[in-house]
Amino acid sequence: MTASEEVTRGEGRRRRSFSPRYPGWLTTPSLLYYAIFFLGPLAILVAFSFATQTGFNAITYGFDTSQYHLITGADGLYIHIFERTLVMAGTGSILTMLVGYPIAYWMARYLTTYKMLMLLLVLVPFWTSFLIRTYALKIILDPHGYLAKDLGIDIMYTKYAVAVGLVYNYLPLFIIPVFASLERMDWTLVEAATDLGAKPFNAFRQITLRLTLPGVVTGALLVFIPMSGEYIIPNILSGGNYEFVGNVIGDQFASAQNQPFGSALSIGLMIALSGFVALYILVATKEERFGA
Amino acid sequence: MPRRGRVVTAKRAFTVWALGVFAFLYLPIGVMALFAFNKPSPAALEGFHGSNVCDIPPSQLGNLTVWNGFTTCWFKVGLHDPTYIPAILTSARIAAGAAIVSTLLGLAAALALARMNKFVRVPFDSLVYLTLVVPEIVIAVASLIFFVQLPHYVPFFPPLGAWTIFFGQVVFGASLSMLVIRARFVGMGDSLEEAGYDLGSGRLATFRQVTLPRLFPAIISAALLSFTFSFDDYVLPAFTNGTTNTWPIVLYSAVRFGITPAVNALATLMLAVTILVIAVTGLVLRRSRVSAMAGDATAETPAPIPVR
Repeated sequence: MTASEEVTRGEGRRRRSFSPRYPGWLTTPSLLYYAIFFLGPLAILVAFSFATQTGFNAITYGFDTSQYHLITGADGLYIHIFERTLVMAGTGSILTMLVGYPIAYWMARYLTTYKMLMLLLVLVPFWTSFLIRTYALKIILDPHGYLAKDLGIDIMYTKYAVAVGLVYNYLPLFIIPVFASLERMDWTLVEAATDLGAKPFNAFRQITLRLTLPGVVTGALLVFIPMSGEYIIPNILSGGNYEFVGNVIGDQFASAQNQPFGSALSIGLMIALSGFVALYILVATKEERFGA
Repeated sequence: MPRRGRVVTAKRAFTVWALGVFAFLYLPIGVMALFAFNKPSPAALEGFHGSNVCDIPPSQLGNLTVWNGFTTCWFKVGLHDPTYIPAILTSARIAAGAAIVSTLLGLAAALALARMNKFVRVPFDSLVYLTLVVPEIVIAVASLIFFVQLPHYVPFFPPLGAWTIFFGQVVFGASLSMLVIRARFVGMGDSLEEAGYDLGSGRLATFRQVTLPRLFPAIISAALLSFTFSFDDYVLPAFTNGTTNTWPIVLYSAVRFGITPAVNALATLMLAVTILVIAVTGLVLRRSRVSAMAGDATAETPAPIPVR
């Protein structure tokens, strides 16, 4: 119930002179746009995944499931790539959470004057080009650079470089929702708990962590989903040694030219992520209701 | 007082951690900017007898990931490169168009959706969030197939190129803009608009004189976000570009090839421009007493939005 409804009920006679609404047809342009340029491509992707390749760049539509059988067959090669992608995205998400939560906590709990400045410092990399950031990381990790030569950390073109790249690029995306939920938290609850004798860690675990869990879940989904669809990071930082599903999909359209198989892989990736996507949409639209 | 001491220790530990994270975030960018001023390796310089060290062909530069000495000539090389600058201009044109159209679509949808009943709003929202979280590589290849097939059925549809990049990017931009603008719109309430109506102002006049000025910061952030996304986007354009080269596309091929200080120089200039734009926008919006930059959007954006 909104505040204005309460007023209406309380006073009985006073009705709102006007409820400022905008006409529903204002959604039509975007709806049409999504229908053509978002749902259209996805529909044709599904059609392609069931089509048959009849020659170079020539296909016949039909209901051919052989591409899907190829994903599950092929001696488990493609299933292995799916597994590897999800495991790596999971690892990247957990690392991001471990690195990111303390800094969000630090900003929300201990900072006052410099809070917004520090938040801005977290956000600046987020506004700069993803590609430039990955390139910058490549310079640092180069086998001839200081890190490899002087400190012995030679991880370029391995899965470790991919993991570092994932955390580096997605860290701000996790920090933002967690910081927002920490900002909304009532810190006097923690104070009350410690005053009543709770150990600081127990107070953190039972109060802070529990209250910020929605932010952590949103943040984790927000980094896990795009990490699973990642294309640039494995390509640049693993040099082809640690390909994700996204890279295999890209190859089918760039060099291999097996578009039906690439389409089936894309649908496969969407199916693999559907649970997480559904959960994200549920959380996102639910939070919407609190805002409205 | 033991408890106070423990609080101070905890605070110190968190501060050290935070400094470490900031080092992690900024060290690579800083090193990249520094190496934009790096000379070719001593071995490469020995065999070179010209006057400008940046004339040495990229393949003979030697190890560029250690410091070899200071030079500014890479900036000149980068700015005179026949591929980089035209690509940057192409990207800027596409991004400007995408930002304008995305913001208009997003604004219109945000106004109507914010006060709609939830049986219409939730399905629409789900579609919007879906456009943001479907992996970009999937959208990219789907759009490629779509844009290749469409001219067979729609005679005037343009071939792969700047237009198709633009069409694809506006989907994401419109969703982003809608969420940013609506968050502000919902956050500011409707009492001032109601006052406008009560005082006899019409629908359009109220929108122009009350709603629009108050939404302005959010509209600017939406446009900037859409511009940045479009300008920096690699994956979608890489598949739908035809023969058009955008800045991320030429950057990507340079990055895959190896480390080129001219690329460092241009990337550093771009970073400087980005930071300048953020700073100026932040100041302008702060002066208008409402900052709707991404920072404050955390308070106003109902649900966090992924930005690729």
